[in-house]
Amino acid sequence: MVKKGKSLSVPATRKARKKVSIVPYLFIAPHLLFFTAFLAWPFFYGIYISLFKFDFLRPEKRPFVGLKNYAELFDPKSVPFDDFWNGLSNTGEFILWSVLPLVGIALVLAVLLNRNYPGRGIFRTIFFAPYTLSVTVASVLWWWIFQGQGGLVNNILKGIGMNPPNWLGDMPGAWIAITIATVWWTIGFNTIIFLTALQEIPKSLYEAASIDGANSQQQFMLITVPMLRSVLVFVLTITLIASANLFGQPYLMTGGGPAEGTQTVIYRIFIEGIQRSQMGRAAAMSIFVALLLLSLTYLNFKFFGSTQEE
Amino acid sequence: MATLQPTRKDIQETDVEIGESALSKIGFYLLMTLFALFFLLPLLWMVSTAFKPFEEWLSVSWIPVNPTFENFTSIFNDKSLPVTHWFFNSLLIAVLFTAFILIIDSLAGYAYARLEFPGKNLLFGLLLATLVMPGIMFLIPNYLTVAKLGWIGTLQGVIAPGLSGVFGVFFVRQFFQSLPRELEEAAYIDGASVWHTFVSVILPLSKGPIITLGIITFLTSWNDFLWALLILGGDREALTLPVGLATLQGQYTFDYGKLMAGALVLTLPVLLLYVIFQRYIIRSISMTGIKG
Repeated sequence: MVKKGKSLSVPATRKARKKVSIVPYLFIAPHLLFFTAFLAWPFFYGIYISLFKFDFLRPEKRPFVGLKNYAELFDPKSVPFDDFWNGLSNTGEFILWSVLPLVGIALVLAVLLNRNYPGRGIFRTIFFAPYTLSVTVASVLWWWIFQGQGGLVNNILKGIGMNPPNWLGDMPGAWIAITIATVWWTIGFNTIIFLTALQEIPKSLYEAASIDGANSQQQFMLITVPMLRSVLVFVLTITLIASANLFGQPYLMTGGGPAEGTQTVIYRIFIEGIQRSQMGRAAAMSIFVALLLLSLTYLNFKFFGSTQEE
Repeated sequence: MATLQPTRKDIQETDVEIGESALSKIGFYLLMTLFALFFLLPLLWMVSTAFKPFEEWLSVSWIPVNPTFENFTSIFNDKSLPVTHWFFNSLLIAVLFTAFILIIDSLAGYAYARLEFPGKNLLFGLLLATLVMPGIMFLIPNYLTVAKLGWIGTLQGVIAPGLSGVFGVFFVRQFFQSLPRELEEAAYIDGASVWHTFVSVILPLSKGPIITLGIITFLTSWNDFLWALLILGGDREALTLPVGLATLQGQYTFDYGKLMAGALVLTLPVLLLYVIFQRYIIRSISMTGIKG
């Protein structure tokens, strides 16, 4: 390798690398430009907007309102109160529906993939494939499968003599459909992360345990689970955050219905900020939701995370 | 056995228990097949519906009795449905976005991995801090910034905000840090500049991670829905495929064959990429996990 480097003889334009050079800054400059404009600046700009009655379509009239946009979120008599908390509780409901299967089934799939047998590569390829699709494809496809009239699921239910429900138009059918679509679409991601973690566990641990007479169930509880602890917290956290960001599936599958029952908080922010142009209010909602997510992440690591750094 | 140069496979896999009966083996494969069907059947149903003529859409048969291309020809020929435009918009956006990400992220990633400069730790700390920031915080202010720049409904409006992301920088930085320093030192002794060392010594050794980053960036961009919907929502010709397909759903609410044909057009390039490059894609996901 070093030899390869030496064969590379370039005309000597030796840089004085000891003193401060402009070169490193040129390397980071393009990224830093976009980073500043679209990640650092909007952090402050979002807070600023949230302090105004900021109607996108009325630039001439955007009065400073202080913390009013935040106060409204806690005032049951205010205009956005009901819809906002409806959105938050819907998001919470989806978290309850989705996180357990997304983490639990992914762990089962990973354990099943982490054995030595012919065909496991093909199974891995199949399990992960839906993750590569667009949310539009996943949603439109399952929207079609769960159609009340002519949908695959109901055709099968009718075939076996059951009374087919109106999945997307009723509760809890709408949540069941959205949850199944989401599990189908994204579970491959969690599965691969678990699978990687399983493969990092030294095989010698299992060998030692089986010499000591531990059966495979004991090995799973005494070796696999403790060794997976930190990755379990990681997967739990990213799944919670992903579920809290639910938008595309209800937008495309139920339109937020029935009766705004699947209108999540992100969906609400989209309606408030983009469709109704109330950007000050939407920015305040976003910041409130962001703080909730950050505390959720923090609590998650505090209660479930191991105390030692790994 | 351990002294016999264990291959990676040996280390990684937990063996199927010795003495497992044929019956439980069959049970195991049955279980795996059931899971596989859960993932595969919806895709097959999409393909099946896309090739069914109108009269057959509502039938439960998996294989069309009279398979047809009419769903595809009608979505591609309908003047009010610029599917061809959408396809090329998506392609152009994904290719440009990927090219930009690869260039700016590998430059930045190299500097943060290997070059020394005042402020480096502070800047890198800032980058790290944004990793935990929920994305929703940036939606409204970035929309306003793009509007202020006059970029609503444009390619650059879709592309530019995503270039701020830090994932790619971390991803390549991690790889650059793993390279032996002797590589650069040898080049410097020969009098090569930092730039020349980066381009002709480091980059040629980084093909794997750069291809990986390129593929997942392309997929992310090709599949993006929410941001493209916000920025392009107005002008039909300018839409990308994921956003266009969503409007197709509105227009053809009960035209399932055409919808599935559209979904298939959106899906095929991605599945093709996945089948060819799945090693790279899956490895990049694994790295996300190790980071956590």
